[in-house]
Amino acid sequence: MTSITAKKTRISDNILLALIGICTFFSAALIVVIIVYVFSKGIPFFKFKDLISPQSALTNPNGLLGNIINTLYIILGTLLLACPIGIGGAIYLNEYAKNKKFVEAVSFATEVLSGIPSIIFGLFGMIFFGELLGFKYSILTGCFTLTLLILPIIIRSTQTALASVPESYREAARGLGATKWYMIHTVILPSCLPGILTGVILAMGRIIAESAALLFTAGSAYLMPRDFFSHFLESGGTLTIQLYIAMTNAQYGQAFVIGMILIVLIFLMNALAKWITKHFDVNTKE
Amino acid sequence: MKYSIVGSNKTTTREEKAAAYIFIACAALSIIAVVSITAYMIISGTPAIFKVGLVDILFSTVWQPTAGKFGILYIILTSIIGTFFAVLLAVPIGLLTAVALSELVNEKFKKVLKSAIEMLAGIPSVVYGLLGILIINPAMYALERSIYAGNPHHQMTGGANLIATILVLVIMILPTLVNVSETALETVPQHLRLSSLALGATKIQTIFKVVIPAAKNGIFSAIVLGVGRAIGEAMAILLVAGNAVKAPWPFNSVRFLTTAIVSEMGYSQGLHRQVLFTIGLVLFVFIMVINIILSRILKKGEEDD
Amino acid sequence: MSKISVQHLNLWYGEKHALKDTNLEIEENKITAFIGPSGCGKSTFLKTLNRMQDYVKGVRIEGLVSLDGEDIFGKGVDPTLLRKKVGMVFQQPNPFPMSVYDNVAYGPRIHGIKNKKKLDEIVEKSLKSAALYDEIKDRLHSSALGLSGGQQQRLCIARTLAVEPEVILLDEPTSALDPISTSKIEDLLMELKDKYTIVIVTHNMQQASRIADKTAFFLHGEIIEYGDTEKIFSFPEDKRTEDYITGRFG
Repeated sequence: MTSITAKKTRISDNILLALIGICTFFSAALIVVIIVYVFSKGIPFFKFKDLISPQSALTNPNGLLGNIINTLYIILGTLLLACPIGIGGAIYLNEYAKNKKFVEAVSFATEVLSGIPSIIFGLFGMIFFGELLGFKYSILTGCFTLTLLILPIIIRSTQTALASVPESYREAARGLGATKWYMIHTVILPSCLPGILTGVILAMGRIIAESAALLFTAGSAYLMPRDFFSHFLESGGTLTIQLYIAMTNAQYGQAFVIGMILIVLIFLMNALAKWITKHFDVNTKE
Repeated sequence: MKYSIVGSNKTTTREEKAAAYIFIACAALSIIAVVSITAYMIISGTPAIFKVGLVDILFSTVWQPTAGKFGILYIILTSIIGTFFAVLLAVPIGLLTAVALSELVNEKFKKVLKSAIEMLAGIPSVVYGLLGILIINPAMYALERSIYAGNPHHQMTGGANLIATILVLVIMILPTLVNVSETALETVPQHLRLSSLALGATKIQTIFKVVIPAAKNGIFSAIVLGVGRAIGEAMAILLVAGNAVKAPWPFNSVRFLTTAIVSEMGYSQGLHRQVLFTIGLVLFVFIMVINIILSRILKKGEEDD
Repeated sequence: MSKISVQHLNLWYGEKHALKDTNLEIEENKITAFIGPSGCGKSTFLKTLNRMQDYVKGVRIEGLVSLDGEDIFGKGVDPTLLRKKVGMVFQQPNPFPMSVYDNVAYGPRIHGIKNKKKLDEIVEKSLKSAALYDEIKDRLHSSALGLSGGQQQRLCIARTLAVEPEVILLDEPTSALDPISTSKIEDLLMELKDKYTIVIVTHNMQQASRIADKTAFFLHGEIIEYGDTEKIFSFPEDKRTEDYITGRFG
């Protein structure tokens, strides 16, 4: 008869537990270190004036308004292109598709697309949209390129949202004699809007953070738009691109200011996506 | 009033048909995009191979664009070795963090940790690059000076070397490893944990002997995704790596496939530019191989279930 | 002296009072069966005996459970030693996704046995004790998930035997199995009781009457009646026990 009170000491358990603790601490501390460092270096250089005035080589070298506007242009243009395509594609896959091979092919392609690095999108965008289609270095070329980049995010989040709509909604709509498209845009889409929105916000985060795919497509200009529509055809660098330019010119003050702005934006995007998920009870598996 | 059940409302059916066609076109766009990207990478990447010669590009180490020498062997080796060591370092850190998240910490702490990892994933690569040149490079330079002090054969790099780059890559791929491994660990059925505990195993023994082995497919796909992210990263490591075409030794300045493209695309012309596209093609081939491995793992995972 | 003694055991899941002042003496080298309708607390009671309740969130336990006179909730008790001594077999056959051999060797390995020869012996002996060895001796190194449901459950019993427990708890071990597999496991338990103390939860009253020496009837978190199986099934003292075993509810 053996006793159950003789406590065994397990050294290997303690070592592993310590390792887990160290690694977890490292992962969590990284973000704290990064945020503290960027803010401590950025705040001394931060001037609100720079946010509302455009850059000028002679009179205002730190103005960011042009880059802010370009960022908004790129976000707007890319979402206008990618949302209809991504949401439409997801609707087809979840609600229409009967051919299993086709669905598999699209899923594989989406998977591949999300695994392609930004720099490859940049090269493709430059030669295809920029040179072949003749859009040159322009915001529009950048938007086309980023559309391909964020398409997988939109498709996946929409698919997840569609899959979480209870089958009973569909049955009810069909029972009332609704046709497919009618049922989708009156019943299904409204009920999964928060889920889709979460995906769109995450995609916005990606767009804001992107640099390699934009450097050779939208370029790095910082001029103000002369006209709302024609600006799409002009070169325009986003905030992130401007950070890169500042960094290569060793203007670290401006680089940290932009880094600070970007971190705040990414934080807001994440928080907003979480708020929607929590508030509207979205089923997200990602 | 009686009405027929034979469709009569023509606008509705037209709208229905149009919707179906538009949606199928949207879905097909992913395929079209992948096919065109593949086609254009091949179209723009192959001319230089014929002009310079496959062996002279892939297996030569001399990179002198002005002299017409375009050997990218060092660049390829740098990408492979840099990625390998970055993943080697990041996997244990990421996996153990995922273990803490999925098996050990309470809900509140888990929420905070997950938000931290999410932020880490969202921060733009250029910001990591900025931190790399201002924190990691100086630290490496100090190390370099203490090791190579008075060594006439070593060319000082100011800390912009392979090790610094690997450290930046580790941080860049950490979120991917944590998130994907955590999902894999969480899908391990609870009854496996319970039956291990019921045999008198401790929690830690259960995690390392049952839970992690049972999640190995998912963890493997996390590693493959990490490899993909590391080999494709450009902007974070562009300035950190020092950008010299040299053999990938720890204290050498080096150039990766990605940074080779970014650093010279702006001004290159003619054959030089075409070679940069060949480098892009090489990178693309690596990525496609990684994708195929990944989809194999995912398929195998489905069959195992 | 009884092997396990339970005195005034109360258990709550959050607000729910799942076990109400239960008392029971489990005798050594006998099979004790717990019967009762689902949700009556019989599985909850069983899982308390090897402290698997430790892993349930929001559970609160009061009362005394002693094993060979030692309080299992007492200070200085190592739950892993308790579970080595009190093994458990679950309702669903749940072998680990590894080979048959590694499944059986899992317990001995975590308890520190590394010698290959010793492990070989333990695996063979445990599989033989679980009446499984002859059926699968050629497949020791292929995946345990390839076995039939009944074989998997006997493998789980073998896995439990391999750590040399003194008590074996079984939580409805045959409810997921076909009749032939069920009778094989019942025969096995009859053989094992010479060396082990066996406690089995079952929803199958015939099973209890076939194999158990003692039977406890649970209802709404209480032990209504406990005694020799023959007596419980032939001359139940409580009206509720009689109603249950004659199939009037449950």
